[in-house]
Amino acid sequence: MFYREAGQFKTSYKADQAIFPILQDRVGLGLIIVAALLVPLFGSDFLINSFMIPFLIFALASIGLNILTGYCGQLSLGTGAFMGVGAYSCYKLATIFPDVNILIHILLSGFFAAGIGCVFGLPSLRIKGLYLAITTLAAQFFLEWCFIRIPWLYNYNDSGAIEVPTRTLLSVPITGPSATPSVRYYVILAMIIGLTWIASNIIRGRIGRSWMMIRDMDIAAELMGIKPLNAKLSAFAVSSYFCGVAGALMVFMWLGAAEVESFSINVSFQVLFMVIIGGMGSLIGCFLGAAFIFGLPIFVRALPEMMGLAVNASTVDHISRMVIGALIIFFLIVEPHGFARLWQIVKEKLRNWPFPYG
Amino acid sequence: MGLLNEIFIEPFILIADIPDLFIQTLWEGFVSGILYALIALGFVLIFKASGVFNFAQGIMVVFAALALVSLHTKFGVPAWIALILAVAIMGLLAMGIERIVLRPLVGQPDAILLMATIGLTLFLQGAGETIFGGEPQSMITEELGLPTGATDWHVLGGRVTFQHLDVAAIIIAGLMVAGLALFFSKTRIGRALRAVADDHQAALSVGISLNQIWVIVWFAAGIVALVTGIMWGARSDVSFALEVIALKALAVLILGGFTSIPGAIVGGLIIGIGEKVFEVYWGGIFGGGVEAWFAYVLALIFLLFRPQGLFGEKIIERV
Repeated sequence: MFYREAGQFKTSYKADQAIFPILQDRVGLGLIIVAALLVPLFGSDFLINSFMIPFLIFALASIGLNILTGYCGQLSLGTGAFMGVGAYSCYKLATIFPDVNILIHILLSGFFAAGIGCVFGLPSLRIKGLYLAITTLAAQFFLEWCFIRIPWLYNYNDSGAIEVPTRTLLSVPITGPSATPSVRYYVILAMIIGLTWIASNIIRGRIGRSWMMIRDMDIAAELMGIKPLNAKLSAFAVSSYFCGVAGALMVFMWLGAAEVESFSINVSFQVLFMVIIGGMGSLIGCFLGAAFIFGLPIFVRALPEMMGLAVNASTVDHISRMVIGALIIFFLIVEPHGFARLWQIVKEKLRNWPFPYG
Repeated sequence: MGLLNEIFIEPFILIADIPDLFIQTLWEGFVSGILYALIALGFVLIFKASGVFNFAQGIMVVFAALALVSLHTKFGVPAWIALILAVAIMGLLAMGIERIVLRPLVGQPDAILLMATIGLTLFLQGAGETIFGGEPQSMITEELGLPTGATDWHVLGGRVTFQHLDVAAIIIAGLMVAGLALFFSKTRIGRALRAVADDHQAALSVGISLNQIWVIVWFAAGIVALVTGIMWGARSDVSFALEVIALKALAVLILGGFTSIPGAIVGGLIIGIGEKVFEVYWGGIFGGGVEAWFAYVLALIFLLFRPQGLFGEKIIERV
């Protein structure tokens, strides 16, 4: 009834190629962005710091992985390490060039991750599927080892951790201990919106189409003039860029300090879950998946307290892990195509509503 | 020059100088290689029969070992009965996994099935911690009648130590592999298993029940996991840290190919011996700790030349 594109005529090519051709989608997106902007006014610091900020950062990382896995069909288990490359290179950049704005460093650090991603993407030219997934484990463990064994990366700290210096934007501190959660949230939100917009345009464009051709059938794509070398490596590069920026954001805007454990294989799995539960090959799915996978443990842990049960913390932790595992299996069985598919179904139903068929 | 010297000359001088250290390293590598091979074997069994890449094999090892130890120490069950009960638990687990996880997911893409087994990993981890406790426990080696102690072998002007436990581990692993091979080649169920591994639909059409076969295969993998857990637990502790080590079995699979049992064994030995020797003789150049990634990097380099693994089937694709 109210969600229907009838009567919205496109009178130019520009209008036809818009990211959101339907008016209601544009309005909806505007509302979501306004709501996101209003969160710090109404939400507590706890909500922002332990849910909103990591949710946005992991959504960005999922976009990175989704480009590789969902759009180009190359399964990767090395996301955590690529995030680490972004974080460590951002840290090094910030130490070497302390006068340059930190946001530029964060955006630049993605290029280092992209370079490393290309190197570890080379095997994808010969290997496919699960074999490739395991070779990306090589990237994961090798890079983790580098983060420990190359002291130059963490400025020869005794602790082996990287600590974020305080940096300002327009004389407001945006990183380091003195930055308030709301400020960091707004910076991250702006970056995520910008990067998501770039990602969606890359995917809609020529490069994105070549990725999808490779995903659907690589040999046929090659016959039609797509160079697998270019397509696969560019997918690895773009994907790692996004993951790297997410990693840099994670350390500089959220954690404040990080060790190798922040980029362990568990992070890779977590991001992969977000992509699969959210929906492969869907940007909106990345956000839904990130919200679900990141929000679920918080919710499950808070549940016994809400119900007034006194359970000790480690038991809650164990049981929550069990519940999350079971829920993941449940969602895979109920909707293997992820939340993105549910979202599509809802939109389809809305279009016909109040009639059962269109 | 100094670096080339460190890579190409000094390790070999060291090998020639202290040959007993070299033999000891080979032996240690051989034993851990057998254990990698056992985990990889569990993967191969399941992958062959159901096409599922079972990420949970590592946690199944931990789970089985924890169940065994906890039954004995926490619930006071005699060791041998605990062993039988642990086998029964793995059987129930196999049935549950087949019924609840696999059956609804038949025909889904590989990535979904892989994710499901990772979800299973989380579940088993949480369940294991909740039921048996999360702290490391020591394996009930003596109660199970496994030998302890060590024998020294004096050779080449030095001595090499063999733990009796390791020898027993290798013998048991050998027996189990032989048993599995016999089971696969001589029994009716084994033939059905091979038929399913070959072609699901053809197997279905001659009246083989896929569901039943999957339960059997997961049960077999569970028993392999239990044996692996006992041996690995006896060498160190039974703890969830084992799971990370189990990821190395993935590198073994790449070397050996996903579908080959001899491949899993040979691959395990190559990785086990390779990483120990590399760590001892070449690790210093990289600042140590190379064991963490050696297996994967070796597998990666190997894949560039032989994508299907040592014994894997060559995949021919047509458009």
